[in-house]
Amino acid sequence: MLAHPDLAKLIFGRLTLEELPLHVPIVLGTFAVVALGAIVVLGAITYFKLWGYLWHEWFTSIDHKKIGIMYMILGFVMLLRGFADAIMMRAQQAISFGDNMGYLPPEHYDQIFTAHGVIMIFFVAMPMVTGLMNFVMPLQIGARDVAFPFLNNFSFWMTVAGAMLVMASLFIGEFARTGWLAYPPLSDIVSSPDAGVDYYIWALQIAGVGTLLSGINLLVTIVKMRAPGMTLMKMPVFTWTALCTNVLIVAAFPVLTAVLALLAMDRYVGTNFFTTELGGNAMMYVNLIWIWGHPEVYILVLPAFGIFSEVTATFSRKPLFGYTSMVYATVVITVLSYLVWLHHFFTMGSGASVNSFFGITTMIISIPTGAKIFNWLFTMYRGRVEFEVPMLWTVAFMVTFVIGGMTGVLLAVPPADFSLHNSLFLIAHFHNVIIGGVLFGLFAGITYWFPKAFGFRLDPFWGKCAFWFWVVGFYFAFMPLYMLGLMGVTRRLSHFEDPTLQIWFLLAAFGAFLILLGIGCMITQFVVSFRRREALRDVTGDPWNGRTLEWSTSSPPPPYNFAFTPRVHDHDAWWMMKKHHYQRPLSGFLPIHMPLNTGAGIMLAGLSFVFGFAMIWYMWLIAAVSFALLLLVAIAHTFNYHRDYYLSADEVNRVEASRTELLARHV
Amino acid sequence: MSAHDGGQPAHDDHGHDDLGIHATLKGYLTGFVLACVLTIIPFWIVMSGGFAKSSTTAVFVLGLAAVQIVVHMIYFLHMNAKSEGGWNMLALVFTIVLVVITLSGSIWIMYHLNSNMMPTMMDPSNLP
Repeated sequence: MLAHPDLAKLIFGRLTLEELPLHVPIVLGTFAVVALGAIVVLGAITYFKLWGYLWHEWFTSIDHKKIGIMYMILGFVMLLRGFADAIMMRAQQAISFGDNMGYLPPEHYDQIFTAHGVIMIFFVAMPMVTGLMNFVMPLQIGARDVAFPFLNNFSFWMTVAGAMLVMASLFIGEFARTGWLAYPPLSDIVSSPDAGVDYYIWALQIAGVGTLLSGINLLVTIVKMRAPGMTLMKMPVFTWTALCTNVLIVAAFPVLTAVLALLAMDRYVGTNFFTTELGGNAMMYVNLIWIWGHPEVYILVLPAFGIFSEVTATFSRKPLFGYTSMVYATVVITVLSYLVWLHHFFTMGSGASVNSFFGITTMIISIPTGAKIFNWLFTMYRGRVEFEVPMLWTVAFMVTFVIGGMTGVLLAVPPADFSLHNSLFLIAHFHNVIIGGVLFGLFAGITYWFPKAFGFRLDPFWGKCAFWFWVVGFYFAFMPLYMLGLMGVTRRLSHFEDPTLQIWFLLAAFGAFLILLGIGCMITQFVVSFRRREALRDVTGDPWNGRTLEWSTSSPPPPYNFAFTPRVHDHDAWWMMKKHHYQRPLSGFLPIHMPLNTGAGIMLAGLSFVFGFAMIWYMWLIAAVSFALLLLVAIAHTFNYHRDYYLSADEVNRVEASRTELLARHV
Repeated sequence: MSAHDGGQPAHDDHGHDDLGIHATLKGYLTGFVLACVLTIIPFWIVMSGGFAKSSTTAVFVLGLAAVQIVVHMIYFLHMNAKSEGGWNMLALVFTIVLVVITLSGSIWIMYHLNSNMMPTMMDPSNLP
């Protein structure tokens, strides 16, 4: 690269031209497609002169609604990447029998299953869950924004920086080949000397900063900024689940940060926390990472439970059955989720006493979850159930999640787990609960709140197509894995000798293909809905005849959400307001205190990306400079006193008057 | 967006910086002296050789550290059972529960793993 080898090493670290995958046709092909796509998108943005608009209205925005939408877009884009990994694995396993070695070499296959897990959990499920909470929760509690609006923008861009590091690993160097939790000793510097595990560590650390800060932010928002009258037991259930989820985030993510920091120290400075020498113990890593890992599953699924609660009540035209029991179930799950982590490693050898304790706690945690299922069923019972698309997802969730829950209780029996551990039965189980629980919930939530975010509903025909392809595809893709797991097939294999297994893998691949069609339908749905937006327009702000406060404002809501902070007297605040013939205030508006946009978040996250990339490749000079700049920009931002403004009463009056006119035209 | 728009209006609003804290010089000085004493005692014990058993020293030092945490919370962070409408207390109890679960659980698990799995602990004649 450079004439002087020492200088090259100082600047480029261990990054050399050989690290670029110029000799791997699959990766090169992917790169060509991605690069072409990027050029088209960037070219289009430039052609339509959208850069200024995007920068001022979106990238630097500290409006919780726009940040929520950007989180959802990030999650959806990463879903495409994670699904591409999934369908590659399914295709490989469907053909790789006997003499046929498939089309993926093992070291590539190992990167794919690691990337699939990391992306789906950290960069699909987490951004989407955070995005929905960000968008919906402040509206539900009658607040005008989150507690720390700038922090919200910064958190989002840190998550993006982490996602970009994972994406960069596709084309520069390689990703980890260790599985999604990077257990040592496989992930230590001796067994994985290349940059893959370092990509993993830094991507998760940088995104983790964002997750933790947004957890604190949303937690404070719920505790401090509820509308007057909204006591804790009058909060909407989604807000309750958001509260519990953010408590879990704040309590659990520091453990992940610490354990990854220890692993990083083992790799970078030669400590021995998880090696086999000098008192190190790799089993401690497994123990610690699951102390984070088990609450993480509930971080993902609790908001989904909240979404189902809102959707079921709305489309059954009834108040939620057993609100109080729902709240208590959520809180109990929050605490119990810290008492079950060992069930992820029953087979590591803690012995009968420890295993039976954690087996029993695991079975106990299924009780509040089961109670929730009955609450939803009783809400539907004798309701006027309308099977709109969000309700379809909810019904599919109830059926699918119960199956996943039962296989979970089965796995909680330690003797059974000894034969099922790390088998495809486990894989089927956790996809069963994560797809059937979290993903179906997110899809229900997206369809449900889409009109609130954009002012028009999603096209129901394509929504139903997506629904059926996803649900049928899911059963085709994962029921065969239960069978294979019971036959003893283990996870993460890229080649099989026994040809009688092939039929099951072909079925699973067919299921993945159906899910591909489902994703295709979703993209079509977005395009079709955008083109038909005038026909699908929601002028009332309350397209589903909703029950909670977010439906009391316009769709999309004005930047300040509510011209006057609503007063809450009961559950289902908006439903009660409608019942009592609530009249929108038409005059007497006051100036509203608003936060100003700032580019500091995107700059800090950009510098974090550079810092992470430099640390991965041992570019010490760049790492030091970018870290110093990071501190400098952060400190400089604290001197930015130009951070708020007042939206004048005239402006509020104008926005509200235009809504009044719109409502009058469509009565 | 300030918290004043939506948050609890219950505070008597003297000014915008009123956080409901009643900081006094006396409080800070008490805290400072206590913190110093609680730091000097373990330092002195360790420097002077400590107790006969090193584990006693460790437990004693850790105990004083725990007291130190409480001193900081009361005198510097101005926490008590009623501050922030009880949320501080709730958060503290939750934190303690989680820390106890995490630490005691980890020690229990690692102890069993160690006695069951570490090769040095095994009797070689029992190996297959």
